[in-house]
Amino acid sequence: MLAKRIIPCLDVKDGKVVKGVKFRNHELIGDIVPLAKRYAEEGADELVFYDITASADDRVVDKSWVSSVAEVIDIPFCVAGGIKTEEDAARILEFGADKVSINSPALADPSLINRLAAKFGVQCIVIGIDSYFDEDTQEYKVYQFTGDETRTQVTKWTTFEWIKEVQKRGAGEIVLNVMNQDGVRGGYDTVQLSKARKICKVPLIASGGAGEMSHFNSVFTVADVDGALAASVFHKQVINIGELKEYLRDQDVEIRQ
Amino acid sequence: MDQASCDDKINTKVVIIDTGCANLSSVRFAIERLGYTVTVSREPAVLRNASKLFLPGVGTAQEAMKNLADRELIELVKSLTQPVLGICLGMQLLAEFSAEGNVSTLGLISGSIEPMPSEGVRLPHMGWNRIKPQQEHPLFKDIPSGSYFYFVHSYALAVGADTIATCTHGAPFTAAVNRGNFYGVQFHPERSSKAGAQLIKNFLEM
Repeated sequence: MLAKRIIPCLDVKDGKVVKGVKFRNHELIGDIVPLAKRYAEEGADELVFYDITASADDRVVDKSWVSSVAEVIDIPFCVAGGIKTEEDAARILEFGADKVSINSPALADPSLINRLAAKFGVQCIVIGIDSYFDEDTQEYKVYQFTGDETRTQVTKWTTFEWIKEVQKRGAGEIVLNVMNQDGVRGGYDTVQLSKARKICKVPLIASGGAGEMSHFNSVFTVADVDGALAASVFHKQVINIGELKEYLRDQDVEIRQ
Repeated sequence: MDQASCDDKINTKVVIIDTGCANLSSVRFAIERLGYTVTVSREPAVLRNASKLFLPGVGTAQEAMKNLADRELIELVKSLTQPVLGICLGMQLLAEFSAEGNVSTLGLISGSIEPMPSEGVRLPHMGWNRIKPQQEHPLFKDIPSGSYFYFVHSYALAVGADTIATCTHGAPFTAAVNRGNFYGVQFHPERSSKAGAQLIKNFLEM
């Protein structure tokens, strides 16, 4: 049986790891490579590096750090942010990343998903979705350019329609980031994730809201996601990955030793 | 590390067959982390002279076979007598046929590559899963049964005559194969933490 994955996410800005609250006010966490190595040694199942400046800034970002990570890390990792073309994706994969994750550029040109899947195979194409629950309209909507709050905008897509669309086009995995919960550590949105799970046939990764160990247990058991992504609880050492995995095994969640 | 072991590493000519696919560097780094020097090459002389070879692969079987054909590597790979380890798609290419693009593959191990059954499971089969290796096989030396390895694939080889390790995702399938000097693993040892490093080490020390 496939193990549920624990996935620390490292937000990268100008070659350093940062973390914001609700996508804002980024504070410096540290250097990329030592932090990535520490997480791998603690038992992380996978790492996600999210270059938060890339999509919003519309500039060429130096990605040579990807190669430095690949040299020392012996678990899979995914790179997100600023990948707009097949050439961008090819470069990241050549540097040694296992997967690329596409968010805003896929919204701007959904056919990018088809082209990337055809060229590299669906297994390395992850689609990141930033979803916001609007309490007034009771709708789940997809947002774009969330790396820069001055440019963040709602799209025409509801979250569930977009989840269906990206699967049709060749997404091999979906990371659903619930913006309402991001960085506030109040727990994953298991209601939204359960709804997403019903229509998501590819691996689904929960993102946004992890604050304590029980949140991981409920997102795996209630929403049946394949992986749970978190940042601040790991960066700030609120939760130790080894202890988290031991706790989840005690709760009978399938977890890699 | 003692001197003998250092000499062994220096004398082992490790070559990654340059198939033109994008993920060569993660395999290269994994071998280098074990202290070996690696050459990435498509030159016939370099391949023939290697002591251990890796056949990596991502993408589709059809594209990979086309790359091998374009580089005139098909007959060369078939004629190799040194240990060759195919990884992921590289393992699938060792089989007789792949339903991914309906293409004839190298025919170095028995069986054909078929889509994994999707009933009750999600595809791609992506993540960490446990394997059951054959007892006493040198490729799995010091790797306990039930160890987790990292998989990413939607096509697989059914359990057959050359299977040396199995895994289950919906149905059982081949996690590793061996016939003669040809070895293959469906998972990614270069991304499978300590167990993966041990497997690469075992292959290099064979």
